[in-house]
Amino acid sequence: MDSLLLRTAARIIVPVQLLWSVYLLVRGHNEPGGGFIGGLLAAGAIILHGIANGMPAARQLLRVRPQTLIGLGIAAAGLSGVIPMLAGLPYLTGVWGFGFPTLVAGTLKFGSPLLFDVAVYLVVTGVGTLLIFAAAEDGEEG
Amino acid sequence: MKSALIFPILIPVLTAAACLLSGPNRTVQRAISMTGAALLFLAGIWLLREVHTAGIIVVQLGNWPAPFGITLVADYLAAVMVAVSGFVGFAVAIFALADVDAGRERFGFHPLYHVLLMGVCGAFLTGDLFNLFVWIEVMLMASFVLLALGGERAQIEGAVKYLTLNFIASGLFLTAIGIIYGATGTLNIADLAVRLRDESTAVPLAAAMLLLGAFGIKAGLFPLFFWLPASYHTPPVAVSAVFAGLLTKVGVYALIRVFTLIFTGMPEITHPLLIWLSVLTMITGVLGAAAQYEIRRVLSFHIISQIGYMTLGLGFFTVAAIGASVFYIIHHIIVKTNLFLIAGAIRYARGTNELKQLGGLYRDYPWLGVLFLIPALSLGGVPPLSGFFAKLALITAGLSLAQWVAVTVALAVGLLTLFSMTKIWAEAFWKAEPADAPPHPKKAVPVLMLIPICTMATVTVLIGIFPSVLLDFSNAAAAQIMNPQLYIDAVLRPTP
Repeated sequence: MDSLLLRTAARIIVPVQLLWSVYLLVRGHNEPGGGFIGGLLAAGAIILHGIANGMPAARQLLRVRPQTLIGLGIAAAGLSGVIPMLAGLPYLTGVWGFGFPTLVAGTLKFGSPLLFDVAVYLVVTGVGTLLIFAAAEDGEEG
Repeated sequence: MKSALIFPILIPVLTAAACLLSGPNRTVQRAISMTGAALLFLAGIWLLREVHTAGIIVVQLGNWPAPFGITLVADYLAAVMVAVSGFVGFAVAIFALADVDAGRERFGFHPLYHVLLMGVCGAFLTGDLFNLFVWIEVMLMASFVLLALGGERAQIEGAVKYLTLNFIASGLFLTAIGIIYGATGTLNIADLAVRLRDESTAVPLAAAMLLLGAFGIKAGLFPLFFWLPASYHTPPVAVSAVFAGLLTKVGVYALIRVFTLIFTGMPEITHPLLIWLSVLTMITGVLGAAAQYEIRRVLSFHIISQIGYMTLGLGFFTVAAIGASVFYIIHHIIVKTNLFLIAGAIRYARGTNELKQLGGLYRDYPWLGVLFLIPALSLGGVPPLSGFFAKLALITAGLSLAQWVAVTVALAVGLLTLFSMTKIWAEAFWKAEPADAPPHPKKAVPVLMLIPICTMATVTVLIGIFPSVLLDFSNAAAAQIMNPQLYIDAVLRPTP
């Protein structure tokens, strides 16, 4: 689709939406949000860029293949459960490290559940973009 | 060490992730896939050893105590199922190197294969009814894609039937879960066992029947088995071999779990029903096979008739009978996977699996004939192969209960199975090659196909020579299953 309006709007919306997706990701452990909805928003932003400027541009924006994002996410999710095992706790037990204050989202605390949420974010972004790329490019594998 | 319980799930998921990350390079993906499959096999053996030394192993994921958190449990039955799945997964992964084409590999055969194995292992190890549902869905989703991957016309047709029936089964399963959760407020299997074991009211009965429907469809029990022979002959042989070996057994395993742990309060309804369903399953399966003339279709119908034997032991509901079921499951996974792999070798050599177009294989590939006869005769129950002892144990258990009808049917079905196997032998190996056979160059069967076939045939023979090892083990597993207090205590009263 070639539309000046859409392209101009996308130029503003895409970065804001990506930033917002990260915000939702990090606040998601105790408040509404999380990896899933954050990942959907991120995939949505990339697809919006694709609708406005063509799917090749969206692939370029993503930089890596969607499959890579999915693989990274699955690996991170699996490994986030292993971290507590190193401390002798059962698989997937939440272990928390240090926290530091942020201006907008309260205190950001690092820990294995955050890694798990990031993993979900990556998988959802990967799957979302992969599906739309495949549909938009009529099944051509990239 | 309790963490032995995690690895059969963790290894396949990390293997799948590594395959995805490795990009489209075929050689790298294959190396990762083989490593993962080998590690999974080792993890299965390790788990079995741990269970053997330490008894039932329980891990509360996330350190939330049962019944609130997610529990993983490995008793003898679960551990041996994981170990055998690891063995079969490894063997078929080797076969797949020679069987699955580059296109399918590029579109993700290897990651999907490991996701499938993860679903199977997860279903065996979970101690929670809802998680059982999730693991079965993981397994099914991977199997849908593996079934349809490649997009041949027959494949899509088979996949649609497979998908529809399995969705209905999932719906039944979820309905049952809803009813159980509404009535008891828990889905932890051990906790449910405490609450529902001696209940004989309408709610557990309704849930039991819904679960029997759901797992019955997934196991291929009469009357809703037709999705299986409609789909199993369509994908690449490696895929249908691993399906044939493992997927229906997950249904049987789930039946054994719920009907020994949870729904034991109404034995006068549930167990005769299981016996009759098993008898009808055996008969329809074996008669269906007699009418087929495509090797993998014949074998698919035989999966169904053999499933009947496994659930028959559950229906008898004695330690000896359930021990026979466990023995039967282990024997059958190995034998049936091997038969599908041999069908694949035949297809490779001649380009077809239609018995009418085959012939003269014995002249060109005499050793393949021998390799076929080992699992085929074992399936039919010829001594001294593994199938003979499986049937013997089951029939002895049936006789001691005076179940004359079921025992007679079991014997007759064994004979008819032998008939089907001799039909394949006579048509494919013995008769002269028909004139209208598709042209084929004479080529050697690749070593990568022969390694798994020979290994599994060896295991079949070894079980036949030393049956008491596996028989003692199966009976120990059955004794553990029939004493549910062990399972309940292990989950709900953990020792620190």
